[in-house]
Amino acid sequence: MTEAVLSTDQLTQYLLRLGDDSLVLGQRLSEWCGHAPSIELDLSLANVALDLIGQATLLLNAAGEAEGQGRDADALAFGRDVMSFRNCLLVEQPNGDFGQTIARQFLFSSYQFALFRHLTASSNTAVAEICAKAVKETEYHLQLASDWVVRLGDGTDESRERLVAGFDWHWRFVGEMFEDDALSEAVAAADIGVLPSTLKSEFDSRLEAVFNDAGLEIPELPRSITGGREGHHSEHLGHLLAVMQHIPRTYPGAVW
Amino acid sequence: MGLLSSVPDPEIPALSVVELGIVRAVHLDPPEVHITPTYSGCPATLAIEAAIRRCLDDHGLESFSIRTVLSPAWTTDWITTEGRQKLRAYGIAPPDPGKPVACPQCGSTHTEEVSRFGSTPCKAQWRCLECLEPFDRFKCH
Repeated sequence: MTEAVLSTDQLTQYLLRLGDDSLVLGQRLSEWCGHAPSIELDLSLANVALDLIGQATLLLNAAGEAEGQGRDADALAFGRDVMSFRNCLLVEQPNGDFGQTIARQFLFSSYQFALFRHLTASSNTAVAEICAKAVKETEYHLQLASDWVVRLGDGTDESRERLVAGFDWHWRFVGEMFEDDALSEAVAAADIGVLPSTLKSEFDSRLEAVFNDAGLEIPELPRSITGGREGHHSEHLGHLLAVMQHIPRTYPGAVW
Repeated sequence: MGLLSSVPDPEIPALSVVELGIVRAVHLDPPEVHITPTYSGCPATLAIEAAIRRCLDDHGLESFSIRTVLSPAWTTDWITTEGRQKLRAYGIAPPDPGKPVACPQCGSTHTEEVSRFGSTPCKAQWRCLECLEPFDRFKCH
């Protein structure tokens, strides 16, 4: 078998996909800080956000190193415009109510857990080491989200309705996470990454098990909306970046 | 290593960074201290690095560099036996996978989880159903 060689740009783009997912969801979740339904949930959501931003720092630093232009995680997080972000559309969706946030978290953590588990065997040392660290955190996020899917789904009429509405918002963004393209085929061929489509069966069985516990039915999924991996985002990402980037862009290079 | 046992963890000062398993190794050639973060986003990581740097500098060991090593990933299994006892004495239930969680105040195992996350990423909130005290539990990780 011929060893597939990945270009610098392909590796950088792949690391940006991984890092931007964590960064954007981490930033989005941190909007709950001080607003969650209870102090325990406030702490939970803020701590999940913290884990994600920590992962993003490691992954984006690796992306900057692969790129070789001297950009670190901060430069990539605060210095890129919306079209340069490579996150999937799911993570940039607005928080909505707590039910909608939990639906998004469950869908994303299920995907990310399967992904990171595979990437611990990556032939790229940085990817393997970062994911070996991150997969333990993601597993915990998934447990938290699964608990809440069951609790809300099997709770009151209102909690179930809100959770179902939250999932209804997000179903159209599930397909994108498992879509293969030229880049994912190249990183998979180099044993650095994984083909997203191969993660789908693990995702499906988890979804089925947790929905079963929650007494919920999985609806027929709507047609997927895609484009995030190429930089075509929903209008929500621009607003999120405006909040996240405004201080470092107003005062470039400022230090505490 | 003995020297670094005097560096307390910034979040749990009852424990040293060695007892928490954050300091993995000390190499002499090249002079390097290897540390491993507990969580990817743990904000204490930078403070820990700074504290270790200060300790080394104070003892004339400026030549030592500090290297962050991600793999193998930090696990609560690396918290030393003494560290676990100190955690309990400090009011935090240490991580003991598979064992019932005992209240650090009264020792009862009649306890329940209140929230999967506590005051820091490494802890969860629990409550004792005997003495009714809430307490932090170090998550098994």
